[in-house]
Amino acid sequence: MEKRTDKNSYTILFAIGMVLVVGSLLAFAAASLKPNIEENKRIEKQQNILYAMGINNNDEGSVTFVGKDVVADEFSKYIKKQIVIQGDKVTEDVNAYLIDVKKEQTNAKAGKTRKLPLFIGEKEGKTFYVAPIRGKGLWDAIWAYVAMDNNMVVQGIYLDHKGETPGLGANIKQRFFMDDFTGEHLMNNGTFKGINVAKGNADPINKDKTDNEVDAIAGATITGDGVAAMLKSELKQYVPYFKTLKK
Amino acid sequence: MALLSKKDAQLITDPLTDNNPITIQVLGICSALAITAELKASIVMAIAVLFVLGIGNVVISLMRNIIPSKIRIIVQLVVVAALVIIVDLVLKAFAYELSKTLSVFVGLIITNCIIMGRFEAFALANGPWKAFLDGIGNSLGYGVILIIVGFFRELLGSGTLLGYKVLGDPIAKTGVYAFGYENNGFMLLAPMALIVLGIIIWIQRSRNEALIEEH
Repeated sequence: MEKRTDKNSYTILFAIGMVLVVGSLLAFAAASLKPNIEENKRIEKQQNILYAMGINNNDEGSVTFVGKDVVADEFSKYIKKQIVIQGDKVTEDVNAYLIDVKKEQTNAKAGKTRKLPLFIGEKEGKTFYVAPIRGKGLWDAIWAYVAMDNNMVVQGIYLDHKGETPGLGANIKQRFFMDDFTGEHLMNNGTFKGINVAKGNADPINKDKTDNEVDAIAGATITGDGVAAMLKSELKQYVPYFKTLKK
Repeated sequence: MALLSKKDAQLITDPLTDNNPITIQVLGICSALAITAELKASIVMAIAVLFVLGIGNVVISLMRNIIPSKIRIIVQLVVVAALVIIVDLVLKAFAYELSKTLSVFVGLIITNCIIMGRFEAFALANGPWKAFLDGIGNSLGYGVILIIVGFFRELLGSGTLLGYKVLGDPIAKTGVYAFGYENNGFMLLAPMALIVLGIIIWIQRSRNEALIEEH
């Protein structure tokens, strides 16, 4: 005799029921946890921006952000001004750090003028210009916060990724890779050149800061190329603004 | 009286040795190759699979009499996917740092064939307690291999363990590097994971010839 669970009608009903139960369960979980997740993301952004400026709790070798409890105070203490560059227009916006870079990139492709957020911070008398940028790694998105001085010399960088390979591409967010960028020049004789993530080990200890190169990670060629391409295409758009600073 | 009956205990110990999901059943190879370039990732993955397989096996076992056999694979997939997504959401809301470390593993857990394999081969035919033990046993067996492979790949490939430079500094030439030792970058690539795995399989079969398949 046919079992009850083998009947087509039962199978269809079961499938419908399962979809309804699981679907509503996931929707409920996603909706009820959303405020917490958004808040965590906002805090993370502030931590990342401060990290690029060199405000962090790093010990030797580790990557440690300022604590969640103090990040809001530190952020308002160090970040003096947040601006949005749109074409030739520069406006101030206290929530510029909430601008979604991904959305702006899509808008730019559709022909709109892109909003470029830039955070101007001050630490120990020095001025930092922190730009949020986004690009593609091997598997998924990569992004970074780059702190520069007014000559577009990198003062610090925080790199992150969505799903690069652990142990290989994922190492772009390790100190040994990120610290290499500090002091590197993005400009070369007045023209924008970016920073290449180079294989071939010409300068493994990274003494030459004006060669527009950092040492690549073995086994992570495509992620490294993604980082270089991101720095080049994204930071290039900030060049006109940095030129106006000189005048 | 022992905590577990002899049969129950076997459910945990068998997958650790003579019925290991990776080296004997050859399941879960994809993730064993993909994420074992460093020890930490191997450990995180082992814990994540332990969690998902332990709970998933119980859920499937509880549902085993009402699941229509024609769509049982789809039902199993939905259960794993839902479990993993819920865990990921909860972590994102309450343990954000941890969730960032885990994010890349989420997709890999859903596609891990050990999970589907245990659902199909064991949970559908056994009660929840047995299924739970089987899940724990198999994920431990999986984790042990992952950690062994991760240990050798990180040690020989990067000269570190859990990020600590145990062999000295390759750039400053301290430790063993002072004697001309070099890291083997090839260890970091997936083919070497396969070779390390092959060596483990070889050692295991040469110690217990009953495991050698006849052809």
